[in-house]
Amino acid sequence: MDVVVDPGLEHQAERARSRQGFLMGLPAIIYLFVFFVIPLGFVVMYSFATRTRTGRTELAGWNVEAYERLGEAVVRAVAFRSLWIAAVTTLLSLVLAYPLAYFISTRRPATRNMLLVGVMIPFWSNFLIRTYAWRVLLDSDGIFTRIMSGVGLGDGRILFTNNAVILGLVYGYLPFMVLPLYAAIERIDWSLVEGARDLYASGWSAFRRVVWPLSKPGVIAGSILVFVPSFGAYVTPAILGGNKKGLMGSYIVDQFMDARNGPLGSSLSVLVLVVMLMGTLIYFRQGGRSL
Amino acid sequence: MGKGVALSTAEPMGATRWLLRGHSALVYAFFYAPIVVLAFYSFNESQLVGRWSGFSLRWYEAFLQNDNIQSSLWVSVKICAASTVISVVLGTLAALSIERFRWWGQKVFDAVLYLPIIIPDVTMAVMMLVFFGETAELFNVIPGVDLTDGLEKLVLSHVAFNISFVSVVVRARLANLDEAMEEAAADLYASRWQAFRRVTLPQIMPGVLGGALLAVTLSLDDVVVSSFVSAVGATPVSVYVFGMLRKGVSPLINAVSVVILAASMTLVMASLVLERATSSRKR
Repeated sequence: MDVVVDPGLEHQAERARSRQGFLMGLPAIIYLFVFFVIPLGFVVMYSFATRTRTGRTELAGWNVEAYERLGEAVVRAVAFRSLWIAAVTTLLSLVLAYPLAYFISTRRPATRNMLLVGVMIPFWSNFLIRTYAWRVLLDSDGIFTRIMSGVGLGDGRILFTNNAVILGLVYGYLPFMVLPLYAAIERIDWSLVEGARDLYASGWSAFRRVVWPLSKPGVIAGSILVFVPSFGAYVTPAILGGNKKGLMGSYIVDQFMDARNGPLGSSLSVLVLVVMLMGTLIYFRQGGRSL
Repeated sequence: MGKGVALSTAEPMGATRWLLRGHSALVYAFFYAPIVVLAFYSFNESQLVGRWSGFSLRWYEAFLQNDNIQSSLWVSVKICAASTVISVVLGTLAALSIERFRWWGQKVFDAVLYLPIIIPDVTMAVMMLVFFGETAELFNVIPGVDLTDGLEKLVLSHVAFNISFVSVVVRARLANLDEAMEEAAADLYASRWQAFRRVTLPQIMPGVLGGALLAVTLSLDDVVVSSFVSAVGATPVSVYVFGMLRKGVSPLINAVSVVILAASMTLVMASLVLERATSSRKR
């Protein structure tokens, strides 16, 4: 065996290949740097900048005033209301989605695929219009309102309340909960459940001790995927909500459109971003995968 | 599943079983009933949304005759086409670069590529607003570029989030592919370019098309980012409709909504069919 492999040559080839890969990615790298990373940097800079009397934001006189204002009662109320709405939305979605995801994963493959497509279609369809559909249902002479008052549940008017916002958010983001739950439950090795049953576990305790713990990554992933967009939601409160400035998304928009307070709007955006990054970190820690 | 254990182990028995079925049926009803009701009322003759007075296509006629909506649709089509083409090229290259090569700094790029997907709309919108506010003048110095009419800004910001979605779809496709085919092509003295064009590209094409459909859908659907960067005279249809429906319900909006929803659902179903048609062969 006298084949001499020149390690330098091999190394060179490898480097050439790696350079080629980098060059392929380069257009997207440059694009995202200019139109995503730099804009992000500007928002962070704005959050430390000064607001002039006319409402312009000056990139000078760096300060943390905008962050101090996050502690103000008004801002805190908005943040907590948004947190509360996002939490309730997440919990409701979980309660609705878990049995459905369980049901789908225990179907035969052909049925399963059809049922999944049934979840995917609303998942990618126009969010704005789907939210508007609820506006029609919840209108004072909408079907939902009439049914609710017919059944005797108050006068059935929930439009422009936080309940309507929660309903709209659950409707909008429920697929985000179903899909990761399905992915987690579908992977479960059912022989473990069978084993539990063989050892005289009741159906309920087999679920509680085996299925639930094994599906937990899906529960966490789904919860984050619902919680994060609910926390920063803008469209749903704008269409179904009452006090349009009472929630985080609308409050941020308001800072730029009406109040003309760039620094505060930016520090709020940074706050939303931090919530999102924390959620993402937990998601990947739990072994979550991208959808 | 497919672990050789009967499905019956997983499915609860007795009342629970029927509760589970009933619940699932109700959730599907929850998904689709509002859409059905909206579609139903769009054919209502009456001026009042909630009162049915007879079948009519008058609101669809009104939609076709409304110049504002028509011109905003045209704006959307232009933005959609431009942003899809750009993001498909950039996103596919990015996917290939990450899936097929190893290079220094790749992990960072991978992480940044995910951000536009998970970032809340409002934050992305604020970023674009602030960015163009600060830099539009710099861009306008470049000959042939004029960001003041808003169309370019819309395209640029749509590409910023679409690249990521395209690359995710294409990467999923690439991960399922066998690299052996490309290696075989190389063994048969195909040049890298030939191997790519004759072997890799046809194989990832469903992924690329799926990504393109997704980009079209997202571009058409986007409201928040678009309303932050659009200028007067270049309003995409989603922003126009958003403005209309914040004012309240009207039968005209119902008709417009149904048209948009039908377009969006068709696109989604087309991309799902594409995905199924190609992934089922693999499994």
